Amino acid sequence: MTEDASLRNLQGHGVVIERRTVLKGMLAASGLIAFPSLAACTGESSTGGSSNSVTFGSNYSDAVPKKALATALTAGEKSENLKVEINTVDHNTFQEQINSYLQADPDDVFSWFAGFRMQFFAERALATPITDVWDKIGGNYSEALNKQSTGTDGEQYFIPFYYYPWAVFYRKSVFEQNGYEIPTTMDQFTALAKQMQNDGLTPIAFADKDGWPAMGTFDYINMRQNGYDFHIALMRGEESWSDPKVKSVFDTWRGLLPYHQKGALGRTWQDAAQTVVDKEAGMYLLGMFVGQQFTGLAAEDLDFFSFPEINSEFGQDSVEAPIDGFMLSADPSNEDGAKKLLEYLSSAEAQATYLESDPNNIAANQDADTSNYSPLQNKAVELIGAADNISQFLDRDTRPDFAATVMLPSLQEFINNPDDVDGLTKEIEQQKKSIFAG
Amino acid sequence: MSVAASANKPRQDRRRRLLTRRDVLTLGLMLGIPTFIHVLLVWGPALSSIALSFTRWDGIGGLDTIEVIGTKNYRDIATIYPPFYPALRHNIYWLLFFIGVATPAGMFMAVLLDKEIRFTRFYQGALFLPVVLSLAIVGFIWQLMYAPEQGLINNVLGRTSQANFIDWLGDPSINLRAVLVAASWRHVGYIMILYLAGLKSVDASLREAAAIDGATEAQTFFRVVFPVLKPINVVILVVTVIESLRAFDIVYVINKGTNGLELLSVLVTNNIIGEASRIGFGSALAVILLIISLGFILYYLFQTFRKEMR
Amino acid sequence: MSVTERLNRPAVTAGAAEAVRPQRKRGGRALLHGFLGLTALAWLLPLLWAFYTSLRPYAETARRGYLSLPGTLNFNNYATAWRDADLPHFYWNTLVITVPALVLTLLLASFVAFGVSRFSFRFNVALLMLFTAGNLLPQQVIITPLYRLYLLIPLPEFISDTGSLFDTYYGIIAIHVAFQMGFCVFVLSNYMRTLPNELTEAAMVDGASVWQQFWRIVMPLTRPALAALATLQFTWIYNDFFWALVLMKSGDRRPITSALNNLEGVFFTNNNLIAAGALLAAVPTLIVFFSLQRQFVSGLTLGANKG
Repeated sequence: MTEDASLRNLQGHGVVIERRTVLKGMLAASGLIAFPSLAACTGESSTGGSSNSVTFGSNYSDAVPKKALATALTAGEKSENLKVEINTVDHNTFQEQINSYLQADPDDVFSWFAGFRMQFFAERALATPITDVWDKIGGNYSEALNKQSTGTDGEQYFIPFYYYPWAVFYRKSVFEQNGYEIPTTMDQFTALAKQMQNDGLTPIAFADKDGWPAMGTFDYINMRQNGYDFHIALMRGEESWSDPKVKSVFDTWRGLLPYHQKGALGRTWQDAAQTVVDKEAGMYLLGMFVGQQFTGLAAEDLDFFSFPEINSEFGQDSVEAPIDGFMLSADPSNEDGAKKLLEYLSSAEAQATYLESDPNNIAANQDADTSNYSPLQNKAVELIGAADNISQFLDRDTRPDFAATVMLPSLQEFINNPDDVDGLTKEIEQQKKSIFAG
Repeated sequence: MSVAASANKPRQDRRRRLLTRRDVLTLGLMLGIPTFIHVLLVWGPALSSIALSFTRWDGIGGLDTIEVIGTKNYRDIATIYPPFYPALRHNIYWLLFFIGVATPAGMFMAVLLDKEIRFTRFYQGALFLPVVLSLAIVGFIWQLMYAPEQGLINNVLGRTSQANFIDWLGDPSINLRAVLVAASWRHVGYIMILYLAGLKSVDASLREAAAIDGATEAQTFFRVVFPVLKPINVVILVVTVIESLRAFDIVYVINKGTNGLELLSVLVTNNIIGEASRIGFGSALAVILLIISLGFILYYLFQTFRKEMR
Repeated sequence: MSVTERLNRPAVTAGAAEAVRPQRKRGGRALLHGFLGLTALAWLLPLLWAFYTSLRPYAETARRGYLSLPGTLNFNNYATAWRDADLPHFYWNTLVITVPALVLTLLLASFVAFGVSRFSFRFNVALLMLFTAGNLLPQQVIITPLYRLYLLIPLPEFISDTGSLFDTYYGIIAIHVAFQMGFCVFVLSNYMRTLPNELTEAAMVDGASVWQQFWRIVMPLTRPALAALATLQFTWIYNDFFWALVLMKSGDRRPITSALNNLEGVFFTNNNLIAAGALLAAVPTLIVFFSLQRQFVSGLTLGANKG
């Protein structure tokens, strides 16, 4: 290098010192800002130890349920003399992380679902049995709900809060206008679909971008065709997916696919519901939460009928009605307070308070005051009351890992390619064996 | 003084003799502390994951609930796991697209913008802007473009009714390419900035000399500038490979990586994060991804370092 | 003829060569600007579209469709998103994580890059490869063992209310630093290697310690690379949501990218509202970019003019 270069370096040093101080200052400043805020942010903690304070993990993240739950809990705080700290996490995230959540200092009470999905975690000692609470308030619930709240060891782990049926929803005005009749058998259903097509409607709205909505269709066809017992046994891994009975379910479904909305895998259920609101589609098999999309006048126009009968041996004896509720975590910091809260949540008052703001469900408590129910809610009560069997939905009736990693993509595969049922069921069966073996 | 000094003695001796004990200690700390943190939080867990890939575990309970099952996970992946081969294909396609289209585009833009022209900051800004955005936003913005009935593209094409809409994101035969466009939107700006930084550091005299010799711009670039930029080229290539093998975010935000958008990274996530995880199985998938990435990078690094040692 | 000889010639020759080019240049320039302008506009289109959507009331787009001329334009959606998604709180969370992580990463990475590029010792190459490879790991590969590790590392009560690294900002910062270091080491060592050896040798002869060589000579010269990396790292760390997702359980401690997640759930198909929220979330990175752009462009030209 030339002499010029080294000279320039020496000159450069003068400037460097200035910059160095600036840099140092920056570092110091950021450190100063960060440290107190870090201390402040992680140091706050008012839980634990205080005997009337209960922590509450909630996945009620959508605006309507969130507000409704907050209202119910505030009322509970007053009546039970408790202070409830709600920790709300986004709906899907909460579910995906339940595994790590429950193992690392979870809240005292947390929201969850009934069925196999509850038993799975109870078995692994991630929840505390609350049979003593049930001894007090068990009378609030029907036998079916009791069964869904019980773990494999016979203890209860779950307090049902509300539930909602899955059914075929439609707009009354559309049916009246076109003179449609409510179908009760599959033949009538198919005929109705053809009629709708002729009238320029898409017969059945359909959306499976999120992967789980299509499970409802599978469940119903299976229960109608092969009966509730076979369906539940299949969910629990006790039957083979290569069984001809299962294949026939897919065959039936394939027969109905031409009447379903195209492009389902790119559509969310909200969008599909919107097409029903807009009178572009005639019917939609979904849970009662579809009502969230029906606002104003459309809300009064909403109605449903039970999924039609396929096999007269089974008729329409089963209904899919997922139950949402709450559980007690494995090592709560305030067990007594939490149990009091759970008792409160099982009460008719608590559930009624909730439903005032979120009327797309019905109370689990069988003594709940139904006088304020909308006609739709009353119909839902009737539907569930008249059913012999209640299923919970595919992803709650079976192992979560099987539902998420096998069934979800398999059903999407079926929608894309409904002709290769043999190949599909063989793949599902192989994976099922692998997963259930553990 | 420095000229005479550095010209005379062999450099190695000079360096060794001038490192005091304090210097060695300083160097040791400077290298040691970061390495410790890095190994503890990254390599430790990575090796544990490799170990876990030979087990079966649902992530619940202590380490005593882990069950060793040998290579069964790998065999399952190769034989009975339907999304695996599609995911592999998609990753390869992604890689080829980036290497062949997106990265050269970024380099091309950098070369164009390396000249002293007006508005260069505006052009750079416009191209780099997507890089600065979070993946959730990129995914969302492009869903606004691609939505079947409400999206910009279909509306402009006039195909928004039930009968004729183009299902950009829901149709498995085209959605990967649609997503690649969105991903490239971001990738091009990223490569452009990296390459621009490199171009700026090229000695201007080299270019002037070539210009005086009568070389055209293209010749100057390919024969003079490009070879000098070897370190930057290495970085660019490595970045491209990383980005394509790691592609996860956009796909996950759009549809959780299903229905034509399967990728190895998403498969790993779906099996590990979740209610009842299949930790062993997911770890095996992760190890496969790891081997593919490491294989490429190690090969390339050895190439580079071998040449420099000559 | 060597390059140096050419450089020492009088400027006349250079000027003469230039004189031949002007006409070709002007036409070429116009074309260049045209191409660049079109490309820039095409690049901005998706963002502009989102911005336009965010300014329109939902009722209007529901009625007229999204591709329509505006009836009213206002910032209501922004106000709603700001309020309902509690954005200020989440901005703060993100800042608390991002700034320390950024500074620490660059600092530690430059330590290693310095050691690896300016000195040759036995494990030089191996160390470099370790860091480079470490950065390539998909985050998913290390998450479960990492989660377990965090639960086991004890911290005193006054720092962490869970008693461990889990659910603390320290934990998130630590993993960001460990994870991002790899890339920075790689880039910085490549850059530092291009700095002439004579600089540090001269200093060494003058009696400077290793630390002084690092801090006074090499670091200032690495500024352009540091500036570019700082921008990149800021955006990466800011935009990440995976670590906080798994290693934190408190909903209100998470950074803003998770708040966006909530937004989607809360507002269903109200694209206009989500567009507003999403753009709001992007603002800090945009500010950093626009303010730093001046810095590192001038830094880059500084680097080009030296020597």
